[in-house]
Amino acid sequence: MRSIAIIILLAIVAVGIGVALMAIPFGVAKTQVGDHYTESGIGDTGASNIVTSVVVGYRAFDTLGEITILFVAAMGLGAVLAGGRKLGQRRDVEPASLILRTGCRFLFPLLLLFGAYIFIHGHLTPGGGFQGGAVIASAFLLVYLSCPGRRVSKVWSQTTESLGALTFVVLGLVGLTVGGHYYLSSFMPHGVVNELFSAGIIPVIYVAIGLKVGSDLTGIIDGMMEETI
Amino acid sequence: MSFLQDYVYYIGAFGLVLIGLFIILSRRNLIKVIIGLSILDTGINLFLISVGYISKGTAPIFSKPGLVAEDMVDPVPQALVLTSIVIGVAVLALALALAMRLHKLHGTLDLRKIGELKW
Amino acid sequence: MIIFVSLLVLIMLVAAIAALIFRDLLSAVIASCLVSLLASILFLFLQAPDVAMAEASIGAALITAVFVIAIRRTDRYEE
Repeated sequence: MRSIAIIILLAIVAVGIGVALMAIPFGVAKTQVGDHYTESGIGDTGASNIVTSVVVGYRAFDTLGEITILFVAAMGLGAVLAGGRKLGQRRDVEPASLILRTGCRFLFPLLLLFGAYIFIHGHLTPGGGFQGGAVIASAFLLVYLSCPGRRVSKVWSQTTESLGALTFVVLGLVGLTVGGHYYLSSFMPHGVVNELFSAGIIPVIYVAIGLKVGSDLTGIIDGMMEETI
Repeated sequence: MSFLQDYVYYIGAFGLVLIGLFIILSRRNLIKVIIGLSILDTGINLFLISVGYISKGTAPIFSKPGLVAEDMVDPVPQALVLTSIVIGVAVLALALALAMRLHKLHGTLDLRKIGELKW
Repeated sequence: MIIFVSLLVLIMLVAAIAALIFRDLLSAVIASCLVSLLASILFLFLQAPDVAMAEASIGAALITAVFVIAIRRTDRYEE
């Protein structure tokens, strides 16, 4: 009975999606808003990566909501997992192998540097705050794997996270008063396109997002690892 | 061959969505259900990106001179999918945390044995 | 080129089906990691390098790590 219901439901969904997909031709035309963004993106924001100018320029308010979701999910994970833990009860785990420890010691600073490179150059090259934050979180994941028992300081990670979020919100409010009189308007000079110091507030906001996403994802990993060990 | 040329990305997205949905509906292990959720997520992201593609288009980055705006693929789906991926990892981690709590309470991940969730 | 893309899509679907039928949850997680990795290559072909980077670093690395931690905490095999 259950499997019949599943198959009928899947068939309905398959026909629906199939009909919808047949109606959308592959590789034809952009939407009008996409056309507008690619044509006047450089003039409006000064960032040569149009995806970045959409994420932190035109639709930066959406991004603010998104990092709020990320923060709430990380906080909820901490709350859910902390309820079941008894304090001071921590099993001894065997240390990681020599290869993992040596590799971690070698790779950890390079990964941090690479993550920072990705989010600082977010307006010029592919990448940005989200990808750079994920690379930084995977550097900390490597530390958790290679040195069991070593933890990221809660104070530092929470400070970094709050600093990132605060920078984002305060820059938006400054744009409300100084620049174009709307939230997150770009009030800094745009500079020369394709140089590091260009594109107004976009690099600053992307650095803030990178710090925030990195510490949030590290917090998620920290919560899950602490439950494990 | 031209059918394949037109529809290969759509076929991939379509297949991933259906397989993910099937895992969610038919499996009774909670972690398996969350794996299905992640596959469904990937399929929908692939579908959104392939809708924004233009034949012989370039990435929407003015990285060298000579690129024109008409040739670029649509940046809006890319920005939205970027957001969706990051939200996806947070939601999956939260779901896994809930599954771990349920395992601690009931000693099993089987939905049939966890009484409150039976259907 | 189109042959190569079709092959990638085929491997991706096979990996998704493998994630469906494996009873060992660890193998199923690795199969779903393969799905994410191949999807990130497809994103690169679809001229979306930003999304490809995000999918490779988050979808293929972090999600897999989180799943493996959760499986280590709970049961490995699906009854």
